[in-house]
Amino acid sequence: MGVMNPILKNRLCKLPAGTVIVGKWHKQAYKIVKPLGNGANGAVYLAESKKGLVAIKVSDSSTTITSEVNVLKRFSKVQGAALGPSLLDMDDWWDQKINRTIPFYVMEYIKGEDFFSFIRKRGKEWLVILVLQLLSALEQLHEEGWVFGDLKPENVLVAGNPPTIRLLDVGGTTLQGRAVKEFTEFYDRGYWGLGSRKADPAYDLFAVAMMMIHACYPTKFERKENGRKQLFTMIQADATLRKYEHVLMKAIDGSYVRAMDMKRELVAAIHHDVPRAGIKQSPSRKQHHKKKRSGMIETAFIVVTLLCMYALYLYGQIL
Amino acid sequence: MRKGTLRQILLITDGCSNHGEDPIAMAALAKEQGITVNVIGVLDQDVMDEHGLREVEGIATAGGGISQVVYAKQLSQTVQMVTRKAMTQTLQGVVNRELKQILGSNISMEDLPPEKRGEVMEIVDELGETVELEVLILIDTSGSMKTKLPTVKEALFDLSLSLNARMGDNLFSVFVFPGKQEDVEKILDWTPKLEALSSVFPKLTSGGLTPTGPALRQAISHFQKKRSLRSLIGRDESYFEESSM
Repeated sequence: MGVMNPILKNRLCKLPAGTVIVGKWHKQAYKIVKPLGNGANGAVYLAESKKGLVAIKVSDSSTTITSEVNVLKRFSKVQGAALGPSLLDMDDWWDQKINRTIPFYVMEYIKGEDFFSFIRKRGKEWLVILVLQLLSALEQLHEEGWVFGDLKPENVLVAGNPPTIRLLDVGGTTLQGRAVKEFTEFYDRGYWGLGSRKADPAYDLFAVAMMMIHACYPTKFERKENGRKQLFTMIQADATLRKYEHVLMKAIDGSYVRAMDMKRELVAAIHHDVPRAGIKQSPSRKQHHKKKRSGMIETAFIVVTLLCMYALYLYGQIL
Repeated sequence: MRKGTLRQILLITDGCSNHGEDPIAMAALAKEQGITVNVIGVLDQDVMDEHGLREVEGIATAGGGISQVVYAKQLSQTVQMVTRKAMTQTLQGVVNRELKQILGSNISMEDLPPEKRGEVMEIVDELGETVELEVLILIDTSGSMKTKLPTVKEALFDLSLSLNARMGDNLFSVFVFPGKQEDVEKILDWTPKLEALSSVFPKLTSGGLTPTGPALRQAISHFQKKRSLRSLIGRDESYFEESSM
């Protein structure tokens, strides 16, 4: 956790199961079941309520809670999107144990698996599919004038059947044109020396590229002298990533203005349609193969046509 | 609403002061003049000694700012986060004072029902994005801090990256202590470009004394100098404290 009073921090991160949180304003009660995770500015718990299971976020700062609630409210206006969890309540809890008011908000509990464990369990072919879904969600968010900001695998959940991605933790969500509110170094283009921290769609797309790289290199690595070169080398050295080299490098360089453009080119790369710079090994052989086969079809077509014409000619002669 | 300027001192140190005035008193002085003091304690091993820890917290509390103790490795993330958080805190204070004026009673954002807080927060966010910011960075170069200076430099570049992404203007100045001849030495005067630091940083040498108090005092007066210069050319800007909004 971030900058926080140590006693309060300890309390917020370790609320025991069974603790009942009652809101001062709306009088709703929530019984803690188990922790779901710790963010930079608070902790999230699974809790029981009258309406069933919910997720509840507690923080030391009313500022954090209020900002995040503001974003969740905006999200709820974006129709049909799998953007964030829906907001259910916001209130203050007087914690007798430490004699302090703890602000909190309550949201829909999304039962799912985090991005990386899902891929580990279900297979690498899911990576690009989930990324395509992610890009669609980001496109919607960007259309509304926002940037997600703190995009990382921990904040992307895969839920339901068919598996669908959901975005969690809106702490970094920022209006376009402003400074990104919260980020994680590894997924931040500023850290890699590849751009500013001003919120624009390309900021999120850089993080998407980093998620794909990290999925293929599970051990976290640090930035070296030349970030771009380092990432490029890693992409080339991995069979899965090499296939999307062109798309990944464009995302890393911030060349995509829209998530949709990246999605389109990623789809094309899946089908080997994109002319790729750099090394061409096994994929190019496959392309060649395809060409050969289509050539044979062409030949067969011409032969059949000629035969038909000859048959017509003979028919005409007989008559 | 007229936009004011936020003034912050960011102190980066790894231990106790041992020379000159009490740094906690100097931090209190800064606060009285509308300057927030934030402190980042840089850890060497697992723990910072009790005395050092208390001083780090004491300075930040007296200076109305935020303190955080971290390993050198986490410095970049921390420096930008502490600065941003302290800005929000100060601005929230300003907005709370405004609320008090409007509503008369002793009311703050926390006293408003949750539904009403959203709009107040949007104002705080908006101010945080657009307000002018002056940060004076005060770096302890004594003793074991010497080995951490490359990391400090990196953290400062990262800070300028975060702050320059805002719409509002920034001015940075950097002081180190102890200086070559005096207690404290200015290595970078007010500039919007913290990157200018590159050339001066490698030349630093570390001394034995740790005059944190005197360094803070000089930092405060560096803000004053700037202000008096501005009033000379007739574009004085008032503090937030002086009802600038």
